[in-house]
Amino acid sequence: MIKRLFTLLTATAFLAACETASTTTGDVTSSAQSSSTNASTTASSSSSSSSSASSSSSGETATASVKSEFAKVGTTVLFDFDSAQLTDYAQRVLDRQAAFMKARPETRVTIGGHADERGTREYNLALGERRASSARDYLVTKGVNAARIRIISYGKERPASVGSTEAAWRLNRRAQTVLN
Amino acid sequence: MVFDVLRQKIGWLFSLSSAWMLICGLFAVPAFSQTLRLDITEGQIAPIPVAVADFTGLDGTPSNVGRQISQVIADDLVSSGLFTAIDSAAFIAPPTSPSLRPNFSNWTPLGAKGLVVGSAFVDSDGLLQVEFALWDVVSQRRITEGGGSAEQAGVRRIAHQIADFVYEEFTGDTAYFDTQIVYVSESGPASRRLKRLAIMDQDGHNHRFLTSGLDLVLTPRFSPTAHEIAYLNYFNDEPNVYLLDVASGRTERLGSFPGMTFAPRFGPDGNKLIMSLAEDGRTDIFEMDLRTQTITQLTQSASIDTSPSYSPDGNLIVFNSDRGGTQQLYIMRRDGTKVERISFGEGRYATPVWSPRGDIIAFTKIYKGEFYIGVMNVDGSGERLLAKGFLVEAPTWAPNGRVLKYFKQNPTAEDGTGGETYIYRVDITGFNEQRVVTPSFASDPAWSPLLQ
Repeated sequence: MIKRLFTLLTATAFLAACETASTTTGDVTSSAQSSSTNASTTASSSSSSSSSASSSSSGETATASVKSEFAKVGTTVLFDFDSAQLTDYAQRVLDRQAAFMKARPETRVTIGGHADERGTREYNLALGERRASSARDYLVTKGVNAARIRIISYGKERPASVGSTEAAWRLNRRAQTVLN
Repeated sequence: MVFDVLRQKIGWLFSLSSAWMLICGLFAVPAFSQTLRLDITEGQIAPIPVAVADFTGLDGTPSNVGRQISQVIADDLVSSGLFTAIDSAAFIAPPTSPSLRPNFSNWTPLGAKGLVVGSAFVDSDGLLQVEFALWDVVSQRRITEGGGSAEQAGVRRIAHQIADFVYEEFTGDTAYFDTQIVYVSESGPASRRLKRLAIMDQDGHNHRFLTSGLDLVLTPRFSPTAHEIAYLNYFNDEPNVYLLDVASGRTERLGSFPGMTFAPRFGPDGNKLIMSLAEDGRTDIFEMDLRTQTITQLTQSASIDTSPSYSPDGNLIVFNSDRGGTQQLYIMRRDGTKVERISFGEGRYATPVWSPRGDIIAFTKIYKGEFYIGVMNVDGSGERLLAKGFLVEAPTWAPNGRVLKYFKQNPTAEDGTGGETYIYRVDITGFNEQRVVTPSFASDPAWSPLLQ
C-alpha cells in the first residue's frame, strides 16, 4: 500500500512538472480516478513479461530509467465492453504519453491491444487491433509521428489480470503502450 | 528420416485402401435390411448392439495385434453413440476365421445385430496382414468383407477404416473414424499460456506436437487434403497466417501485409484461402489464391468482419460482423456481393462454420453471460443449441456433418488456478456429449477431412 501511494504521488509530481496545457485538471485526475490509476499500475507490472518480449524487435532499447519514467505517465488505457472508444480519462493518459514521446524524440513504442475473455478468439483479435489503433490514432493527432508507433493485437491471449471476474475483465480490456 | 518412414507407411495405406475397395466391391451385398438401418437424423436413438470378435492369428486364436484392432473398432463404434459393443466375455464360441460362416445361434442370444470377425497377423516380411467380415446376425448374411496389408505402425488406421466400413453399412452415411484433429495444446499459467499446435487421431491416439511453443499459435485449420494446416502464428511478435506442411514440418508465411492477418480457412478445392486482415481499426475479409498468392478484398466496411467459412461448393461465405452494432452472422457470395444477415436470435453470434453437408451452419452464441454451441439453417431459421458453458467456442465439423467438436474453458480463479480448456464432441442431435482426452489442456480444435 505504501509503495502504491508513492507511485501515485510521484505520478502527480511528474504531472505537475511536465504538463503545461492541462495542469488545471491534474489534481482532479489523480483524486477522482485514483482507483483506475491503481488498476493501470497493477496491469502494467503484472504483464511486464509480455512487455519485455515485444521490445526485442527494435534495434535500440529504452533504458530502465526512461522506462520507469514512462510507467509514471501511465502505460495503460481501459475500454468498455466491446468498445474501442477512448474515455476522457484514457485521453488524459494518452495526452501524457504523447507529451512524453515528444519530449524524447528517440523513443519508440508498441501498443498492444487486448480484450477480456468474454468474447470469441477471432473477434477479440480484431477488437484488440481496433483498441490499439484507437490509442495510436490519438497519439498521432497529438503530434507523435506514426512511424514511432507499432501496434499489435493479442486478443484475449495476454490478460493483465487473472481471474474470471468483472474486475479482471475490466482491467484486461486495454491498450497497453510499451517502450521499445 | 522420420518423415520418410511416415510417408512410406501412408503409401502402404493408400494401396491398402484400394485393395479393400476392390474386395469389398466384389463381395458387398447391395442393401442392409431396413429394420436395422439407423435413422441418425432423428433425436436420441437406440444404439445397435454389435459384437466385435478378437481378430485371430494363423492358428485361429486371437493374436495380440488382432485384439488391438478389435478394441479400436469397438471403441470407435461406441464413441459415436450409435452402437453398443457386446462384451467379448459373453461370447459363446469366438470365431476362428473371417472366411468361415459364423454359427448364428451363438450370437442371436447375446442380442447382437452385427458381428465383426477378422484375422490379423504379421507375416515373414514384417507386414501386417488383415482380413475382416461384417455379418448381419438377424438376416444371417455377410454384409461386406475386405482385407489388405500395411506396415505394423499403421495398425490403428486399419482398425479405424474397418470401423468406418461398419458405420457406413449400418447408417448409410459416410463415416469419420479415420480422421485427425489438429488443435492448440495449452500449458502454463493463465496469464501467459504456452500454446503449441498438436495433431492426433480423432480418438486422441498418435498424439504429436507440430510447433515448439516458442511462438504463440492459434486457430489451426486443415486443408481439404489434410496435408497442410493454416494457422495464426506470432512469429517475431508479428501475428500472421502461416501454412504448415504436416509431413515435412515446413512453415511458410502467407503473403506480407501492413496489418495482421488471421482467421484463415481453406476453400473446398484447396486452391483458395479466406482470412481477415486487420488494419487501422477495421477488419475485412480477403481471399487469397494460394497458387499465386494474389489477394482479393471481399468486404469493405469500417466494422469487424472475421471468422469467414466457405459453403461446401465454395460459392458462398458465411462470416461474423459487427456492422449492425453487435456480432452477428452474415452470408455473402464468394465475390463479396449480396451480403445478408442470417442470425436474428437473442444475443451475439460468432465463429460460423458451414457443415460439410451444406445444409446447416454451426456457431458460437453468447447470451446473458453464457456461451453456447449451436446450429442453424443456412437462412438463419431452425436454431438449435447443442452445448453450453462458461466459455464454449470454436465448433468444427466431422467430415460427415453429424458430429461437432469444440472446446470448453473453465473460469479462472484470481490465484491463477482453473482456466482449464478441454475438447468435447457432441452429435448434431444434441446427444452424446463427451470429452476428448488430450495430454494437456486443449483448445481451437479442427477436424480433418477423411484421410486419403
